[in-house]
Amino acid sequence: MDTNGAVVSARDVHKSFGPLKVLDGIDFEVQRGEVMVIIGRSGSGKSTALRCLDRFETIDEGEIIVCGHHVSDPNIDLRALRQDVGIVFQSYNLFPHLTVEENIILAPCSVKRASKTAAKEQAKRVLAQVGLEEKLHYYPEQLSGGQQQRAAIARSLAMQPKVMLFDEVTSALDPELTGEVLKVIEALAADGMTMVMVTHEMGFAKGIADQVLFMHRGKVHESGPATILTSPTTPELAQFVGKEL
Amino acid sequence: MNLILDFPAILERWPLFLDGAWLTLQLALIATLLGGVIGVVGAMGRRSSNAVLSRICTIYVEGIRNTPLLVQIFLVYFGLASLGLKFSAFTVAAAALTINVGAYTTEIIRAGFDAVPRGQIEAAEGLALSRAQIYWNVILWPGIEKVYPALTSQFVLLMLASSVTSQISAEELTAVANYVQSDTYRAFETYILVAIVYVILSLIMRAGFWALGLVIFPRRRRLGTPL
Amino acid sequence: MGGSLNANHLLFLGHGALWTIGLSLIAFAGGGIAAFIIALCRISPNRAVRIVTAGYVQLIQGTPLLVIMFLSYFGLSAIGFSISPLAAAGASLTVYVSAYLGEIWRGCIQAVPKPQWEAAEGLALTKAERMTKVILPQAIRIATPPTVGFMVQIIKNTSLASVVGFVELARAGQIINNSLFEPFLTYSVIAVIYFALCYPISRLSRRLERRSGLPRIKPVTA
Repeated sequence: MDTNGAVVSARDVHKSFGPLKVLDGIDFEVQRGEVMVIIGRSGSGKSTALRCLDRFETIDEGEIIVCGHHVSDPNIDLRALRQDVGIVFQSYNLFPHLTVEENIILAPCSVKRASKTAAKEQAKRVLAQVGLEEKLHYYPEQLSGGQQQRAAIARSLAMQPKVMLFDEVTSALDPELTGEVLKVIEALAADGMTMVMVTHEMGFAKGIADQVLFMHRGKVHESGPATILTSPTTPELAQFVGKEL
Repeated sequence: MNLILDFPAILERWPLFLDGAWLTLQLALIATLLGGVIGVVGAMGRRSSNAVLSRICTIYVEGIRNTPLLVQIFLVYFGLASLGLKFSAFTVAAAALTINVGAYTTEIIRAGFDAVPRGQIEAAEGLALSRAQIYWNVILWPGIEKVYPALTSQFVLLMLASSVTSQISAEELTAVANYVQSDTYRAFETYILVAIVYVILSLIMRAGFWALGLVIFPRRRRLGTPL
Repeated sequence: MGGSLNANHLLFLGHGALWTIGLSLIAFAGGGIAAFIIALCRISPNRAVRIVTAGYVQLIQGTPLLVIMFLSYFGLSAIGFSISPLAAAGASLTVYVSAYLGEIWRGCIQAVPKPQWEAAEGLALTKAERMTKVILPQAIRIATPPTVGFMVQIIKNTSLASVVGFVELARAGQIINNSLFEPFLTYSVIAVIYFALCYPISRLSRRLERRSGLPRIKPVTA
């Protein structure tokens, strides 16, 4: 690897949607076991930046390397990349026609060719990790939003990813349900999982982030340790945290 | 005027009607099965990024949906004959019905596939599933489950429409009725009876599809709610 | 006998096509009136009325149009009510249209949002006024695309009138074929004419559907 040990690295990343420049030269690195939190107003390009890491968006310029995969390379083995990267979405996206267990074992069985018994064992383990062991045979619609999101996290964990990406995973939840999801993510961080997350939960970001990226108009406007959230140096971040806190 | 109805004279021919009904059911089942396969393939074709393939599927669907089944049956019947191919009336009937229902099924299933949210596919991609695995697990089954009621109605309509194959002498229920009425001069009673048999057949088919739905869609069996 | 498809044949087919259109209009007019009554009966507050009409719809939707056609032509004549092929075809199609279009329209009336019904009730309108001034105008908007789409079904199904000897397009084709012995060619021409009649209406129906502002599902590709 030419990324001095970083699990995720992005260099001078540019991306436009038509005439709209969403990413205007982004750089960052995430080391193993580190948690990076991306914050910013809606439209600042933070979700796009995250989605580029798993190649749900392609970039126009620059270089992204994730777990040794050259994401910006047009000939990348996408499925190899995505076996190493877990992603959790704002809208959970559990498969509604499958039980929680079936949701979890689908990828291990069909992608990693795991045996059904082994996959089911593992499903129990990852569900225990997110505190849902008793919901094994429930269908998504029988769960609350918070439970669905935890199940979605478990589904990603079952692929034993090296990096987890969280795209505003609590934004669709009622306020009283965000806590249970954030707790699961905290536990993952404590276990040493490398994570990149986009979030609006400033208090949570402060507690968990090793590194904070404040995005503004497609650029990394300010970055540093979590302390920048309490003592920002740029007026834009000051205004942003002032409003959000 | 002779308003004296004589149903027993018709009913005593029940073995004929039973044979006809069985053939109608066979035609319906064959065309449902093969038409269902065409529908899945056609829906994938119409959604394909390959413009030629998608165009071909569109022409097939529009061509069939905008011409009468009767004409399609004659075209298949005489088309095969003009190629020097000889098939039984049953085979020709089954082929024509399959081609016909395949087009309607294509449209219904395509709507089902299109109704699968983008996020579902992204989630599957994020889990490293291959395109084929995504189609099978995330698009095909939920897509079909969504439009299952529409499919059921379409296949019942197909069974009723199979009566038109009597025009090329397939020995199904309507052809039997035509024969019995010309033999007994009791057209009114015959067609009333046959209408009742068709109603029963359509109820049987609906019940069959309902039961099949419970088998192939476990979520519906457990929760009883539409997807 | 024999020979090739000539201008006279095409003229004869054109004549048949006109009758296909005429029969379609008869079926749509007659069936439409009946369908409207069926739709209202299906949502009637009177339970008996609802059950009887539901039974009628089930019965007709469970019987092939072809059998209805045979019943009204050969069946009625066998018990002493001889009617012309046109009357038999028109009556059969009317019955057929009433059951299917009636169900479509019932769905459209019931698709008018509940608050509208409640608001209408709050306005102290009579029951008839509520229906004609509030519910139906909205239901008609919802009903337009599927109704136009169903017209294609009607046109195609008029081809079954050929079995009782009514000379519309399909029957005209059969007659020509009896002298030409070119069935594949003849029926291809017939199919093209049907397509020319139906396809524009299908397109129109789809355009109306898109324009009606109902949520359209965006296609996704895997």
